[in-house]
Order: sequence, then C-alpha cells, then structure tokens
Amino acid sequence: MTSHGFREITFSINGKEKKLHIDVRKSLLEVLREQLGLTSVKQGCAVGECGACSVLVDDVLIDSCIFLAVWAHGKKVRTVEGEAKNRKLSKVQQAYVDEGAVQCGFCTPGFIMATTSFVEKHKGEKKTREEIRKDHAGNLCRCTGYQNILKAVEKCINSDLVK
Amino acid sequence: MFDLKKNIKAETVDKAIKHLAENPDAKLIAGGTDVLIKLRQGKSEYCELVDIHDIDELKFIRIDDDKSIVIGSGMVFSKIIESDIIKKHIPMLCEAAESLGGPQVRNMATIGGNICNGVTSADSASSLFTLNAILILKGEDGTREIPISDFYLGPGRVDLKKCEVLTAFKITHDNYQGYFGHYYKYAMRDAMDIATIGCAVCLKTKNGILKDYRIAYGVAGPVPMRCRETEKTVINKKVSKDLLDEIAKTVEKDVNPRTSWRASREFRINIIKELSKRATKKALKRAGEKF
Repeated sequence: MTSHGFREITFSINGKEKKLHIDVRKSLLEVLREQLGLTSVKQGCAVGECGACSVLVDDVLIDSCIFLAVWAHGKKVRTVEGEAKNRKLSKVQQAYVDEGAVQCGFCTPGFIMATTSFVEKHKGEKKTREEIRKDHAGNLCRCTGYQNILKAVEKCINSDLVK
Repeated sequence: MFDLKKNIKAETVDKAIKHLAENPDAKLIAGGTDVLIKLRQGKSEYCELVDIHDIDELKFIRIDDDKSIVIGSGMVFSKIIESDIIKKHIPMLCEAAESLGGPQVRNMATIGGNICNGVTSADSASSLFTLNAILILKGEDGTREIPISDFYLGPGRVDLKKCEVLTAFKITHDNYQGYFGHYYKYAMRDAMDIATIGCAVCLKTKNGILKDYRIAYGVAGPVPMRCRETEKTVINKKVSKDLLDEIAKTVEKDVNPRTSWRASREFRINIIKELSKRATKKALKRAGEKF
C-alpha cells in the first residue's frame, strides 16, 4: 500500500473491467474524464451541489466530484456512456428524448443517472411528483427545464419498463 | 485534483488508530461530503488524511441483548432511512436523515461524520441529543463512551481525542421505548440546504400528562443544544394548546442564535418558537394525544 503518490485500482466501468494507475489526489470525475474519456460526466459546482457529475457506484447514485477515485477500487461504475445497449437508448434516455427533457444538455447525463437510479430502485411502484422531485433534488438544471424532466421520469415510472 | 499530501487507506478501525498515531497531523475522512469540500476550498489542515471510507466494521445497525440500538458511525444516511430497526423504533431519526442534503449526499455522507465535524446545523445532531445518544469512541487505550451532549466543545470542535475514531452511537432502550418524536427542519429550500433552524422533540405521555419531554435545536447556538429549562418547566404538565404556547415562550430563554448571512437572530428566534410548537404537536399526535 502506498500512502501517497499513485495507486493501482481495478474496477468495472460500464461493464468492462479496467486496471488503472491513478493519482490518489484525483476525484472519480477526473479519472473518468481524463483517463477514460468519459466526458458525459460533467463538472459543474465541484462541491456536490449540482449533480452534473452524478454516476452510479455499485448502483448507488453519487457525485463523482466529491468521490475519491481510489474509492472506486473493486466497484462497478456506470456512466451515461454505458446505458445504451446494442445501439438502443435505455428507457430513461428514450423518455428524456421523447419528452424533450433536454435544453443546453449540461445537466442531462447527471439527471439520466439520477433517474436511472430512481427507476431501478422503485421498479413497479407508483410514485408521486413530489417523490420524483425529492429524489432528483440533488440535480440542478440552470435552463430550468424541470417540467419536461419530471414528465420524462413519470413516463419511465408509468411505463414501468427499465431496460 | 485535491490538494492532498497523504491519503492513507485504513482497512480496519485499529489500523486507522495506528495510522493516526503515526501521522499526528492527519484527519479522518469517511463519506467525504464535508472533508473534500473543505479541501477544495484550500483548507490545508485536511491535506493529510486517514481514509476510513466504506470500512465494513463501521457499517451496521443492530439491537443488542440489552435492547440498545447501536448504529455504526459509517452508516450513510440513505441506509439509516431504509433501516427497519430505525423506521420502527426511532422514526424521527429517519426524518432527520431524509432532510439532509440531496440523494447523492445522503448516499455518501455518514452519521459519524455529521457529528464529528462539529457543526451546529448537523441534521442528525438534535435528534440524537433528544435520544440521549451515547457515542462509542475507540482509541489507543481502548474504548470509551460519552453522551453526545458532552461531545460538542464549541463550533467545529468535538471531544475526539488524538488517535480516536468514533465507531458507533448507542441509544439505550429506556431512551426510545415509549417515546414519540419529530424532527422539523426549517431551511430556505426544501432540499440541498443547510438548516436555518432544526428542531427535534422526543416525548412520553401518560393519561394526558407530559411524563418526559426533550427538545433540542440545531443552529440555535454555537453547537446543537438541549433546552433544559423548558424541559424542566413543562414536564408533568397536562397536554393542551396552552402548553404549546408555554413551550414556545420558555424556549426563547434557552437559546442563543446568532445573526449570519442566512438569517438574523430575531428571525431565528421566531422560527425557534414556532418550530417548538410544530414539532411538539406532531410528536404528541404520534403519542396518540388529542387536544
């Protein structure tokens, strides 16, 4: 074990095993963007307020800007890049497209991951708008396109179809 | 990139204690939702870390043989909310956990960190104060237990000795059985906000009489606090609307909020009085009292 400098981590990223030599000072966001080119993961506020950097770690929604990359060791990380399967968008992604829940797009990957986590966690349950809002409270959209995002989430929940 | 000089991973609590002893300037990091933000702000006192993130040993909620509920310090808030034990026996702690941050933060932030960073606005603190929670700390010379009310020394300062790790919170049977509580958070936004005032009430009634009453606040002073004078005044009184007014009146003498950019002292006092009524009313309803 090294106390500082670099450390080797292995983890699964969008279903693929990866071994990376990483700087222990880096956030997961930085490693995903800079070393793996996964630029769907956006840095917004960098202090865990805006949710633009949201990814799933072992299917748990987290802000990758305040998550040390070394913590991903042995875990399963998911970003928007891995959500479409066989050239087909995930149900959540398709719902966002269908409802026009995208304006400038900066917050969208984070929102998609938040919705994915929400829908997977509450599969088959009926959810109110208030509950949807509460579980998306960690994601900000500065274009304030919240109405269409809400509609997209409702569509995913109602169709009860998660890929 | 965080401005870290050292980041030492500890696999167990004992190793964390050892690493802390070897690195006297190092601080503990668990969920990271406060520490990493302080590092981002350039606070150099956090540049050496002993990492207790995700240690299995600290992730548990159990009921002991003596019926005490013990919560591991590494439990994240979303797991506390989902815990059947907490939901059944201490629902007010679920309310406090639910009011904290947003989903991502609740998935990362630990209850131990919320208390150890010593801030008055910690959402879990006031509930733990009303539950007379006991903190279990492990250090080089073994473990010790301390009531949460003695743990806070001042703003941002807690009684966490050198080389000590907070391992768990214990709520004894006589402090939750038969009690009904409520946590009420007042903030400018409904989510992702720091409490302007947080109010926790925990009470016990019998035949329309308030047999025990505990009220605690966050942000009503430099550290989370119980309102002992109010408690003394109202215990053994008859539950009524007038009693709620009396609580609101007395509580003002117990607190000492400050003016900050978030809210003025006067506004906070107003909220403190109002929340005392609302939280007490909700707890009384839960206790089955009609008035």
